[in-house]
Amino acid sequence: MGEFRFMQGNEAMTEGAIAAGARFYAGYPITPSSEVAETSSIRLPQVGGLYVQMEDEIGSMAALIGASAAGKKAYTATSGPGLSLMAENLGVAVMGEIPCVLIDVQRSGPSTGLATKPAQGDVLQARWGTHGDHSIIVLSPSSVQDCFDLMVTAFNYSEKYRTPVIFLSDEIIGHLREQVILKSPEELDIFERPEPTGDPKDYRPYDHSNGLAPLSHFGSPYIFKVNGSMHDEWGRPCARPDNADRIIRHLSEKIEAHAEEIAITRRYNMDDAEIVLICYGGAARSALSAMKKAREEGIKAGVLQIVTLWPVPDQEIREAIAQAKTVIVPELNLGQYIGEVEKRNEKNIPVIGVNRIDGQPIVPAQILAEVEEAAK
Amino acid sequence: MIKDYLLEEKLPLFWCAGCGNGIVLQAILRNIDKRGFTRENTVITTGIGCWGKADDYVTTNSFHGTHGRALPFSTGIKLANPSLNVFTLMGDGDGITIGGNHLIHAARRNVDLVAIMVNNLNYGMTGGQYSGTTPKHAITKTSPYGHVENGFDVCKVVQAAGAPFVARGTVYDVVQLDKLISKAIDHKGFSFVEVISPCPTHFGRSNKLGDAPKMMQWIKDNTISQEKAAGMTRDELQGKFVTGIFEEREQEDYSTAYQKVIDSLRGGENE
Ligand SMILES: Cc1ncc(C[n+]2csc(CCOP(=O)(O)OP(=O)(O)O)c2C)c(N)n1
Ligand code: SF4
Ligand SMILES: [Mg+2]
Repeated sequence: MGEFRFMQGNEAMTEGAIAAGARFYAGYPITPSSEVAETSSIRLPQVGGLYVQMEDEIGSMAALIGASAAGKKAYTATSGPGLSLMAENLGVAVMGEIPCVLIDVQRSGPSTGLATKPAQGDVLQARWGTHGDHSIIVLSPSSVQDCFDLMVTAFNYSEKYRTPVIFLSDEIIGHLREQVILKSPEELDIFERPEPTGDPKDYRPYDHSNGLAPLSHFGSPYIFKVNGSMHDEWGRPCARPDNADRIIRHLSEKIEAHAEEIAITRRYNMDDAEIVLICYGGAARSALSAMKKAREEGIKAGVLQIVTLWPVPDQEIREAIAQAKTVIVPELNLGQYIGEVEKRNEKNIPVIGVNRIDGQPIVPAQILAEVEEAAK
Repeated sequence: MIKDYLLEEKLPLFWCAGCGNGIVLQAILRNIDKRGFTRENTVITTGIGCWGKADDYVTTNSFHGTHGRALPFSTGIKLANPSLNVFTLMGDGDGITIGGNHLIHAARRNVDLVAIMVNNLNYGMTGGQYSGTTPKHAITKTSPYGHVENGFDVCKVVQAAGAPFVARGTVYDVVQLDKLISKAIDHKGFSFVEVISPCPTHFGRSNKLGDAPKMMQWIKDNTISQEKAAGMTRDELQGKFVTGIFEEREQEDYSTAYQKVIDSLRGGENE
């Protein structure tokens, strides 16, 4: 049986990570994510895990990846400025195919911006923050319960697809306090790394010819060469053009080909919806209230909440567009995810952004006004 | 056999003739072999640079990460599994320049690993630009009129930052180098060895130090033991490579200290 608790989003993320089996945290404190660090420093040693505060986010990301390669599920938490510093080594996790979870509790940017205020300005940086072609998984929670449940999903995806996962929260959700059920281990599906089998001499950590190669860890009988440079199936450097082509396509395909499996969306009053609010994270809460008020006014509004931001839930967005007369996309930025909606708008219906970038949450009234306008 | 640790398919080495890197790699592998460390229980992490390619040639576990970040990668590896033998290989660009912040904090944090910085006084890999150890007045690709900055005395930095084992050797004196690496392995905690090594292709050529053997001679001529150095003035020590063990002190390492915290919370119960 789970345990009812009243807690903050950031705290629930720590609990979710530990429930998922994470036993290593490396990070550098930054508002509005610091409670993840603080609660991790309390909780991890209690369960035999380890918290280490590094000298910066560059080192944090490196330590995280190192720990994961040595066999521990590992996570970190940061906000915009730290995400920028983590970007280079995030690429090592991508290229080395090392699972890890990076929590970004978004705040207003650019630069130090409004350090304590909410924003959703890192949606595209989460997708493209590290250089070079690659794919990545990004999940967006909208409740404290999500911070727990979805964190388990984040670790599962990370292990299953051998990829870093970005848990893209925001200040609204990070600092939100509400009731949460901390599920017990029996109630959770935890994906554990499949151990390599067979003769250790033949183990090739990057041979994906029969599905993703099982991940070894340092200290196991299966020698593991991790390489952020272009490498062959053994992890040895290999600059051959055909090999580089194969690797880059693989890094993208291993995620994009499973986009439907990875996609998580939530539909509210979508059956007959003509005005569809496509939203995520903190802004999804306001969108839901706006939708309910619109329904009270007799407007056929619905909500498609995107939980898996990347890879894009293509099918779900296309279906929403197919049934809608108007799509409204509320975001705490100047319009970062709306581009993904527009790309799929072959019907050419109006796609309207509701944007706020002054460090304040979007209020339901702001969204409702657009819904009413569209319904006219 | 040292051969068991060398990935023969990848030979010949990518390094230039007369480069010191091969000598250092051999000394490390000799010591790993002597200790009987298995390939499975050993991890060699590297930065990026000429020396950073050392992992290409080893049969042990390895981690080839990013320029300057070998130490934090190693920190995560060792803290996640303290039974591993972790060797961290860095150039002077990696170790004290782009990665200087990691170096001082690693020295202070005292994670039990061996860090070996090959100091060839410049960025070999990218064509011989100046690094944080390039001496004043030296010519490099980016100090064509003579360097206006001073280079670090890296061992002093690491010592001041709190590392319990700090030593410097050169590739000229391989017997001493072997001994220093051996002691670094024996020492529990963060053990740092700086190795002065020639880059005849860039630093040597730019500074007209002659061919590879001449550059070796140049290192020999400018090396003095710390005993001799003790009686010399700061000016007399300009441009000299002082070798020896500068720090050798017992200090509780990170994993031991953290395990005590875990044990105190869990009453010895193990997970
Ligand atoms: C972030 C980053 N900046 C710059 C580089 C380019 N770069 C590669 S190796 C190197 C210098 C290597 O010098 P050092 O660490 O002394 O190693 P050496 O080649 O001399 O052995 C530089 C600047 C890089 N790879 N990454
Ligand atoms: S460029 Fe210099 S450091 Fe690099 S391999 Fe050649 S001699 Fe060695
Ligand atoms: Mg160098």
